[in-house]
Amino acid sequence: MNFWEYISTAHQQLLADAYQHASAVFQCMVVATVIGVVIGVVTYRSEWAGNLATTTTSTILTIPSLAMIGLLIPIVGLGVPPTVISLTLYGLLPIVRNSIVGLRGVDPSLIDAASGIGMSRMARLAKVELPLAWPPILTGIRVSTQMLMGIAAIAAYASGPGLGNEIFRGIASLGSKNALNQVLAGTVGIIILALLFDAAYVLIGRLTIPRGIRV
Amino acid sequence: MSDSVPEAPTAATTATVTADGGAGESGSTTGATIELENLTKRYPGSAAPAVDNVSLEIKAGETVIFVGPSGGGKTTLLKMINRLIEPTSGRIRIGGEDVTDMDPVKLRRKVGYAIQSSGLFPHMTVAQNIALVPKMTGWSKSKIKARVEEMLDLVGLDPAEFRGRYPRQLSGGQQQRVGVARALAADPPVLLMDEPFGAVDPITRDHLQDELIRLQRELHKTIVFVTHDFDEAIKIGDRIVVLRERSHIAQFDTPEAILTNPVDDFVSGFVGAGAALKRLNLTRVRDVEVTDYPTVQVDDPLQTIFDKLRDAGTNELLLLDKRRRPYKWLRRGDLMRAKGSLARAGTLVHDTVTRDATLRDALEAVLIDNAGRVAVTGRRGEYEGVVDMETLMNSVHELLDADRLEAVEHQHELEELRAQQTHQEQEGEGGPKA
Repeated sequence: MNFWEYISTAHQQLLADAYQHASAVFQCMVVATVIGVVIGVVTYRSEWAGNLATTTTSTILTIPSLAMIGLLIPIVGLGVPPTVISLTLYGLLPIVRNSIVGLRGVDPSLIDAASGIGMSRMARLAKVELPLAWPPILTGIRVSTQMLMGIAAIAAYASGPGLGNEIFRGIASLGSKNALNQVLAGTVGIIILALLFDAAYVLIGRLTIPRGIRV
Repeated sequence: MSDSVPEAPTAATTATVTADGGAGESGSTTGATIELENLTKRYPGSAAPAVDNVSLEIKAGETVIFVGPSGGGKTTLLKMINRLIEPTSGRIRIGGEDVTDMDPVKLRRKVGYAIQSSGLFPHMTVAQNIALVPKMTGWSKSKIKARVEEMLDLVGLDPAEFRGRYPRQLSGGQQQRVGVARALAADPPVLLMDEPFGAVDPITRDHLQDELIRLQRELHKTIVFVTHDFDEAIKIGDRIVVLRERSHIAQFDTPEAILTNPVDDFVSGFVGAGAALKRLNLTRVRDVEVTDYPTVQVDDPLQTIFDKLRDAGTNELLLLDKRRRPYKWLRRGDLMRAKGSLARAGTLVHDTVTRDATLRDALEAVLIDNAGRVAVTGRRGEYEGVVDMETLMNSVHELLDADRLEAVEHQHELEELRAQQTHQEQEGEGGPKA
């Protein structure tokens, strides 16, 4: 059976896995974005707090994903929970770092102007600082998503959802006639998903970055 | 404090001239008084205060300039008025109301604020930028829309063209205008300007200064303006505060008085050389005699032009274009030499001045144009009269004489004041810094 024949017979399973993969990454990205931006907002104005946040999140990223999931299984069990937790944690670094860099990069004279015309701290953040920091934050989200696409494959190790199952099945049955096809299908599927997500981010950027600061 | 002070400029400033007419009809808020009382700012960790015990009273409707060397704390002092920098001690009163302890956000919505390099938010359009403060104060949508148009008109930008633009699509001068429009949008009685024209080229700066003077003649706000450029200060200010280090007031007086009678070496050093020339900046073309001059228009028949030249009793005629704007100086014989062709005859008018221009501008225009006079034009560039070299010289002489007289009187007053102070100090009632 060649690769294309395998795809046509297993396409239903593949589509279901792809959907779950995308859905898991998407949901974890939403959570990571919210948490990451909040961490950025809370810490950007203090030198040490900002550094602490970046260092902590980058330390998390250095933990091998397989080890992380393995460590989580005894605590939260198998399946979805370890997947979601580890993906969210891994997704934080680029978002936290870019939020802090973006918020710190806002021209101080604009912050002065915002306060000077009578904006409260919240208004200043919502109307001036976050919109101006949005392009780098969005870049962070984009990088994060690409990363999570790959890491999510490992989730299958903990019986998590997604295209990783396909890959692990293939690896487990190495030598059988469909082993290579399975690994290949899973990998190609992840690449295609990643490209689709990236295209979506380009579109989101066009829609959400105000014309006045678009490069 | 948003209450307008009914008899706005009781000061003998130029503003009084049009105070009754201008302020009333547009229904806008005119200026409020600003009183600073023993303001001090001490930063933790530094022994000397950044601003040391400053007391200052600014009249309603007055334009007061803070001028001084950089690092002298003039911006700090300005930012203490809207409490962007909180004073360590002292009181701030605006329009008689103590604002030292009021919610700073509320205070700032009633105090316009314009800064260097405009401070426009790049992600918002011109209209959105201007609408910010009215929106925050809860104006209705239709009122905000009308106000945005009005403000753009006021600062000389066409609303239809500029409303939807982003700041980066504007020139530096245009950005600065929008910055002023935003500061004035919610009609605050007080306008604080922190080196607003510091980042634009000299020609644009000159225009913006003229515009501000015109605006202020219409609006009668209380303007506090920070600059390190003394020429800018004397051009715009009704009164000038010369600040030395730690915001100590070296002199607080009218530009004329500071130019002719600087209190000490620090001030005279800051005034710089050429005080007589700078004096020209303080008088405007409208204050001197604008005389009529024989003119002809481009579509007049040649015969009329010849007749005029003969009857005029001058050697020259001013040729106006179809919209009555000065076009060429026509000398006797020019037409002959050009064989009767108006297109080739005469010399082009290089420069004209408006009635708002300073005598310095006028003098420069006279010197550049070899006609010995400069044409004065109205709002749309149409001819209104001329000012010649003689008029300029006479006015300058009169001005300097008057200044000298005033300075002598002033000197007497100061001496009396000092005598009183020494007297008091000897009685043991000396000031805290004795």
